[in-house]
Amino acid sequence: MRELFKDKEHLVRVAALAVAGFLVFLLAKARLVPAGFGAYGHFRAGALDDNRARPLVFAGRQAGADCHEDIVKARHGSKHAAIGCETCHGPLEKHAADPSALTPERPDQRDLCLGCHHENAARPAFIRQVNPQDHGEPGPCTACHKAHHPEMEEPAPAAGAVVGTAADPHGAPPAQPAQEVKQ
Amino acid sequence: MDTIIHGVQGFMYPNEMELQWSILIVLYPFLTGLVAGAFILASLERVFNVEAVKPTYRLSLLTALAFLLVSPLSLQLHLGHPERSIEMYLTPNTSSAMAMFGFIYLWYLMAVLLLEIWLDYRKEIVLMARSGTGVRRWIYKALTLGSDNISERSLEIDNKVGKFITVIGIPSAFLLHGYVGFIFGSVKANPWWSTPVMPIVFLFSAMVSGIALVLLVYMLVSWFQNLKIDMDCVDTIARYLLYAFLIDFSLEMLDLIHRIYEADESFQSLDFMVHTRLYTSQVLIQIVLGTVVPIALLAFVQLVRLSEKARKGLYVLAAGLTLVGIFAMRWNVVIGGQLFSKSFLGYTTYKMEFATREGLLPTILLLILPFVILWVLVKLLPPWPKESGVEKA
Amino acid sequence: MSPTRREFLAQSGKFLLLTGAAALAFDQILAGKPEEASNYKLTNHWWGMIIDIEKCIGCGACVRADKAENDVPRQPYYFRTWVERYHVPPVDLQHPETESLPEVDSPNGGYDGFTEKYRRGDGSKNFFVPKLCNHCAHSPCVQVCPVGATFESPDGTVLVDTKYCMGCRYCVQACPYGCRYIHPVTHVVDKCSLCYHRITKGLTTACCEACPTGARRLADLKNPDDPVHEFLRTHTIQVLKPQMATGSKMFYHGLDGSVR
Repeated sequence: MRELFKDKEHLVRVAALAVAGFLVFLLAKARLVPAGFGAYGHFRAGALDDNRARPLVFAGRQAGADCHEDIVKARHGSKHAAIGCETCHGPLEKHAADPSALTPERPDQRDLCLGCHHENAARPAFIRQVNPQDHGEPGPCTACHKAHHPEMEEPAPAAGAVVGTAADPHGAPPAQPAQEVKQ
Repeated sequence: MDTIIHGVQGFMYPNEMELQWSILIVLYPFLTGLVAGAFILASLERVFNVEAVKPTYRLSLLTALAFLLVSPLSLQLHLGHPERSIEMYLTPNTSSAMAMFGFIYLWYLMAVLLLEIWLDYRKEIVLMARSGTGVRRWIYKALTLGSDNISERSLEIDNKVGKFITVIGIPSAFLLHGYVGFIFGSVKANPWWSTPVMPIVFLFSAMVSGIALVLLVYMLVSWFQNLKIDMDCVDTIARYLLYAFLIDFSLEMLDLIHRIYEADESFQSLDFMVHTRLYTSQVLIQIVLGTVVPIALLAFVQLVRLSEKARKGLYVLAAGLTLVGIFAMRWNVVIGGQLFSKSFLGYTTYKMEFATREGLLPTILLLILPFVILWVLVKLLPPWPKESGVEKA
Repeated sequence: MSPTRREFLAQSGKFLLLTGAAALAFDQILAGKPEEASNYKLTNHWWGMIIDIEKCIGCGACVRADKAENDVPRQPYYFRTWVERYHVPPVDLQHPETESLPEVDSPNGGYDGFTEKYRRGDGSKNFFVPKLCNHCAHSPCVQVCPVGATFESPDGTVLVDTKYCMGCRYCVQACPYGCRYIHPVTHVVDKCSLCYHRITKGLTTACCEACPTGARRLADLKNPDDPVHEFLRTHTIQVLKPQMATGSKMFYHGLDGSVR
């Protein structure tokens, strides 16, 4: 044995050091790798729970329909029926969870409408578009259009026609204050 | 924040406007490249018996170690959570080149470089442990790992094992820097990076920069310590620098010609970038000043007989320009790859700050630090024993 | 036998023994599966989305909703989702051989909508393209993450483990779609999570919820009753950058060739 390691014993020391280092590494790995790592793939399984645990900010249209049946009825038959409540009314999970805790504010009655309906070359033709200078300035839009059922009695303009042009003049709104849109 | 938007020309995806990888990530391949290059120069002597470069053998190894110790610092400064970087060793994602590189780096540091240095210096370490005083003695004692045996036979064994390690070390050094090239070259989302030739280009530019560095360091250290410069040595090193350069340049030109010829969807956008935002760093600094001029100078020395003094001067100039050129090459790859939009419709600018975590100041400090470490290493493990008789007359 | 070889064998013997021990120890680490939510089974779902370009009106409701739902930084260039406007000019009759590139803009990601910039009737083609993480089935970002901080969930979403990410930004570089960013406060990567916290509760994503025209619709490809199957069958469908073979599950209808 002595003969075997004569003059090589320093190399054995290096090897021992390497092995010791490797063991320390294994110990560190056992202690530091988070529990659940690798359960579903190369990631910490708890990350799925973390992603699931975020708080809700939007309640969703079903939550609106559950309490506000009257609005659902009012919107029946209108193109706006397909729009989620919170698209205009903002995120309302807090209100859905506890209605008294958060009373939603009435949304803007001009700029919000124009956000979708303002004339824009990149906007597809199926959505009615207006140039506010030719249609109903200074607004508000709700002076004439009920927000939950904006379609009006007279025949609708041709698809793609911008309301308020020579093709379909509409003129200034009636001189009355903004109505409370309760329906 | 708004200044970044003002620097955008054309259209960029909104999340692309701010650069992700800063000058610290330019520094990293530069530093590891120097390591690979210095090591390969050292192995020329050991494995291929190129006797002429023997005076630089130990210095190359120490230089490699100094730079290898500093390079992870540039990464740590860049990470959002450096305290989590150990995760790369605990749960490495085997499909990630970056993760696998962590192990290659560790292997190279521990099993190749440190072991080779230790084996080569073991005799001096033991001698200085025996004869030293105070703190220095304890340092050397620790380095002996408790072994006091420096018999002829044990040194013979050291030499054999050392040679074996150098043989393994050559592909390890190739892997070390080729892998960094692969980290970029394997990103299919980025056409400036994605090319199979990237690891090889990185490797050869690493060799060029490493050889140039050792050439410079050898001449500087000799000058500082008042030692005579072995002209045979520097002439040989300069020749190897020229050969490596020619291969490196050919590879880069091949990539360029290929891009221009195929002219795929990214070409127009990249071409515009090279002619505008990247012109100074790519064409002027990297290609002209950093490649063509050094090649011309080195070729000139091979073709015309020059005095020792003239050769030394040209070598210093060529090596210095080379290092600047290779740094520019890293800049052009890393920063250049982020200046254009992946929509190929726009460009942004890199706003490098000065005294921030990823600014110019830490970069300069990280460039100086390896030389400080090298100075300590040279003091601790002198590359040329005093009795070797290389004092200047 | 030369001493060196003997020594090598001794060392490798030690190594093999220790590797065996290490493997045993490793199994202990893989313990502890998390509880699944009571009625959500990972294996019953494979999430995707339909994006109908012909229905997008560029109102930006999706961008606003997403920033609210997921607390995305409000500064101009951190987006989990955004809308791009394309303006494809008409062929230049004087020089039809010149390739005209589309003009694209995304002012604040479309958060405040788009002010009119172009005229109708000038011969150009204009449209909006919503974009988000493509939740790739062969995700290049997951491939490059060094530590496993981003991953493909068994139900088909690509998620981020914000507690594990070390902020190296390799995934941001690897994403061909530009959908990732580094959060300025937490310094880890962030991106669209397909509102994982919502879809696992039977709700739809915030962007789909907010979209007034149904241009965005969440799809569960594993559900035989999901309308996505009929939609995919009856419409021409594209994905972004198909040449990258990312396995993108954002199915676009009406995607023009000029879209980058």
